[in-house]
Amino acid sequence: MSETFQLDGEDIPFAPGQTVLQAALSAGHYIPHLCYHPEFKPHGSCKVCTVKIGNRTAASCTMPAQAGLEIESNTEEMNALRRTLVQMLFAEGNHFCPSCEKSGNCELQALGSDLGVMTAGFRHFYPNRPVDASHPDILLDFNRCILCELCVRASCEVDEKCVFALSGRGITKHLVVNATSGKLADTDIALTDKAMQVCPVGVIIKKRVGFAVPIGERRYDQRPISAQALDDAPRPPSGSGVCQACEE
Amino acid sequence: MTMQLETAQNPETLRRVAIDPISRVEGHGKVTLLLDEEDHIQQVRLHIVEFRGFEKFIQGRPYWEIPVMVQRLCGICPVSHHLAASKALDQIVGAHHLTPTADKLRRLMHYGQMLQSHALHFFHLSSPDLLFGFGSDMAKRNIVGVAAAYPDVARQGVLLRKYGQEVIRHTAGKRIHGTGSIPGGVNKNLSLAERDELLKDVYQIIGWARGAVHLTKQLFEQNLAEYNAFGRFPSHTFSLIRADGAMDLYHGGLRAKDMDGKTIFDHVNYNHYWEQISEEVKSWSYMKFPFLKVLGPEKGWYRVGPLARVVQCDFIPTPLADKERQDFMAFDAGNPSGSTLGYHWARMIEMLHAAEAIKELLHDDDLQGTDLVVTGERQEVGVGMIEAPRGTLIHHYHVDENDQVIRANLIVSTTHNNQAMNEAVRKVAMQYLDGRKLTEGLLNHIEVAVRAFDPCLSCATHALGKMPLQVELIDAEGKQIDQITRGVCDEPSSCC
Repeated sequence: MSETFQLDGEDIPFAPGQTVLQAALSAGHYIPHLCYHPEFKPHGSCKVCTVKIGNRTAASCTMPAQAGLEIESNTEEMNALRRTLVQMLFAEGNHFCPSCEKSGNCELQALGSDLGVMTAGFRHFYPNRPVDASHPDILLDFNRCILCELCVRASCEVDEKCVFALSGRGITKHLVVNATSGKLADTDIALTDKAMQVCPVGVIIKKRVGFAVPIGERRYDQRPISAQALDDAPRPPSGSGVCQACEE
Repeated sequence: MTMQLETAQNPETLRRVAIDPISRVEGHGKVTLLLDEEDHIQQVRLHIVEFRGFEKFIQGRPYWEIPVMVQRLCGICPVSHHLAASKALDQIVGAHHLTPTADKLRRLMHYGQMLQSHALHFFHLSSPDLLFGFGSDMAKRNIVGVAAAYPDVARQGVLLRKYGQEVIRHTAGKRIHGTGSIPGGVNKNLSLAERDELLKDVYQIIGWARGAVHLTKQLFEQNLAEYNAFGRFPSHTFSLIRADGAMDLYHGGLRAKDMDGKTIFDHVNYNHYWEQISEEVKSWSYMKFPFLKVLGPEKGWYRVGPLARVVQCDFIPTPLADKERQDFMAFDAGNPSGSTLGYHWARMIEMLHAAEAIKELLHDDDLQGTDLVVTGERQEVGVGMIEAPRGTLIHHYHVDENDQVIRANLIVSTTHNNQAMNEAVRKVAMQYLDGRKLTEGLLNHIEVAVRAFDPCLSCATHALGKMPLQVELIDAEGKQIDQITRGVCDEPSSCC
């Protein structure tokens, strides 16, 4: 790991095959991100990890690290862009943090707090997204979905069940359940599935345990997401990057 | 009774004076007066024009969200909604007997709530009226004026409220809108460090609360005739009561007494509250008018809250507060116990009771227990009832087999007191406004009557005494001939 690139003026070493985000996190430098998960192949959909390289911008989670790059990340320009992206996510869904059981453990909320998002900034869409409470142990609250596709990837690549998928295009894109009825109760999802663990917001919820963890002991009560993300950084991928069932 | 002033015979011929809004804490309210050509009062109505919609928009939500969601009804007494909802959902999850730790933690949270809310109401909202006079200089009639003229009173009020908020923080996680109570129990106990922090100041708090009771008594002594007569009306009373007749602000059976103190019903299981009370709808207010079914809508209305609770309990189960209750009931042959301003005295007695109850609970080792939650056989319907600072609070839910709320009914303290507040406002209008030229000071008398019941009808909460008030004098042809406007609430709507 002798080659380096520059991030906000500091030399960041990287290993072959690492992306800018992976190398930065491994070196203890936080770049805000949301749809990236260290156990899955980078996806590049949320764009929160966007950095400036010369005169252009790129998603650092998919940008291969290269020697000699000069990258700006923690600048007012980039953070303003990230704030706007996060505000749009809040405006697109129905995110009622005050009564959400994911509050304090929610990456979107924690990221917004870390970036200094004080208002939604845009008119709320207030989409009509009824919850799917059909499963005896799991609740799906689509109101909070940010289309990160982590549950889709986890269910396909790790659980090999493909319970979830994204449907539609553009603004009508939404999370669906792969069942004829469209109901979670008609899938073979289980509480122990990887898909249950990866949702960064409060869509996939284990029933009847909400608010069991008191305020003060929740994940982001302890330390901000910028510190927690560094703890989670160096971990080898557990997802294969492909779904065997889909391939077949 | 002033029911004849609810609807005038020929309203189209009368002048209309509207106090709109008189208040805004958890909603808007206004008072309309209809006056004849000689300025005599012909009609008075307290309208509550709020529409919150909680009963509707919690439909479809998972039941465990409800205690956290519905507490947003109020920024002053959210704990009451938090706990009433939790009690209803205890039944849904089959938790008919909580663990001692959970039961006592919730009670501690509730007494902290009672302490801070009563302190806020008396010191911040009402004491300026009582200390300076109902029609005194408006510029001074606020908590800042109190701080200047009576610095010890203001300081104690602020610190009493702060202590209550700290009790809530240690039991619910936050001073406002915490998460401590969950269906079947609580999510934390009270650590020894938290207990010791609260114990450090509790004796001082009890002393100040006792002083506040004596202050209200002193105010009555100094203004006895006016205080006894101000907005006075007879009414039935309604509250929860402990099995042995003691005041219990967290749990109990239903007790109602008539205006002569005779029992109408007692120790009734609240799970079937609808067999005892019903609600009447009137076209001019969004708020319903509850009444005791056995007496009907005309004669069955009642009052709730501190005055009703102190008057109709057999005793208060903490010694200092019970002694003050006895003094209150005996004072001036019991006259204050039937007066509108008696609410303040009763409220301070309850605040003292809350402080004493907190002290007793802090010495109970059960608060450090680790058995926090119980569950049992699921059921579809749950009813939770609690005595909130301003009166009896009912939460009633239906939950389906998918864990979603399919129906909800909430009857809050202000609703119970709807008719009683109308009565008080009518009495005060007749006593002070009838036949006189309107002034700000006279109009404040109406607000003093409303404040005695419910700080949630006072935007003075936010504007330090400059309650947004616009009064328009409109002649029979609808032409505006006079207008008085003062302080407009410039807080965002979410502030309330």
